[in-house]
Amino acid sequence: MNADKLLDAQGLACPMPIVKTKKAMNDMETGQVLEIHATDKGAKADLAAWSRSGGHELVQSIEENGVFKFWIKKG
Amino acid sequence: MSVKEMTAKEVAKKVINKDELFILDVRNESDFNDWKIEGENIEVFNTPYFDLLDGVEEILDKIPTDREVLVVCAKEGSSNMIAEMLSDEGFTVSYLKDGMKAWSEHLEPVKIGDLTNGGEIYQFVRLGKGCLSYMVVSNGEAAVIDSTRKSDIYLDFAASLNVEITHVFDTHLHADHISGGREIAQSTNATYWLPPKDAEEVVFEYSPLEGGNVVTIGNTDININALYSPGHTIGSTSFVIDEKYLLSGDILFIDSIGRPDLAGLAEDWVEDLRETLYNRYRELSDELIVLPAHFMIVEELNDDGSVAKPLGTLFAENHGLNIADEAEFRQMVTGNLPPQPNSYQEIRETNMGKITPDDDKQREMEIGPNRCAVR
Repeated sequence: MNADKLLDAQGLACPMPIVKTKKAMNDMETGQVLEIHATDKGAKADLAAWSRSGGHELVQSIEENGVFKFWIKKG
Repeated sequence: MSVKEMTAKEVAKKVINKDELFILDVRNESDFNDWKIEGENIEVFNTPYFDLLDGVEEILDKIPTDREVLVVCAKEGSSNMIAEMLSDEGFTVSYLKDGMKAWSEHLEPVKIGDLTNGGEIYQFVRLGKGCLSYMVVSNGEAAVIDSTRKSDIYLDFAASLNVEITHVFDTHLHADHISGGREIAQSTNATYWLPPKDAEEVVFEYSPLEGGNVVTIGNTDININALYSPGHTIGSTSFVIDEKYLLSGDILFIDSIGRPDLAGLAEDWVEDLRETLYNRYRELSDELIVLPAHFMIVEELNDDGSVAKPLGTLFAENHGLNIADEAEFRQMVTGNLPPQPNSYQEIRETNMGKITPDDDKQREMEIGPNRCAVR
């Protein structure tokens, strides 16, 4: 899936993956897609819930070799 | 203002002492709704940390100033951050060290009583998950029953009492938590007893625990009488210790009874469950103190933090023991069952030795409430 920007949050523990995602999102335009790579298991449920509450769309999420990958479209 | 650290042990003391505490739980809503810290005088308020990144102003009016305030999250990082933010606003708050992960694993040992010929019985209360395990101590020897995953707690406790663990038991193959039994037995060379009907698929050596087995702890004849009591699982076995305590496993709880469906055979096991509760247990003395392997709600805790009641009291008060109509009983234990424990199939396979997940994975599998009972 195509992304406008990639955020590498691997190795970061909660709350940093979300803090960084939020920061990166601030610099993006509505409709653009941010790709996030994280290794913190908690990020999965939290990013989904954060997207919902922030009006963004979690387009896709997969797990690959212990890395969680997310694509979030800015709302 | 500074941020203080509160340990799971300190929270446990507050639950047992019924102290007042306000908890700001900053985990996401679904984790919070699944499972949280509970206590008679504990008020809990949930706002996810990711909704507070721009500031805590909108929840300031929810934070009391007349009570201690504890911020809680899954592992600690987010609660620490939110606690700092509240502190910057002038509040004195603590965060839970190692988060709900530590709360899930914390064990609080409570002495239940003395044994006739010297020795004691202790209950380990896992407040965060509602699991209860036991240590019977007599004359330099100890037995551990239904141990939880963190085996070092029992090893350290035995060392502090200067006793040697010689026997380890599981009343049944657990589906809600990973047993530390095998690990304890391995590191102490103790005998590990399992009911053979639950252990058909296990891949390690064990001693078959069957009705009528008598095991002696210490040389003061503290007998552990195994009593075959199927229902929650086909092999479920109860113990009578020192003719005074009935360890009922997951068959009978204080305010509920075991569910028969976690190995997928609810319909088959309903009758066993009824037979155990309505016939076999009826033959036992009313004066036996029932010590179950779980509790569901903090109201089941006694004032000293223990979970124990005479069998006679349970026959009078436990709803599950007072359903005269068999069809109604069947309906109660097979219909309307609560959701099954998280990862219960994987937990059963781990307890059989079929899979060996790493420590992090095991911890994650156990997170959440136990849900072994029906009410």
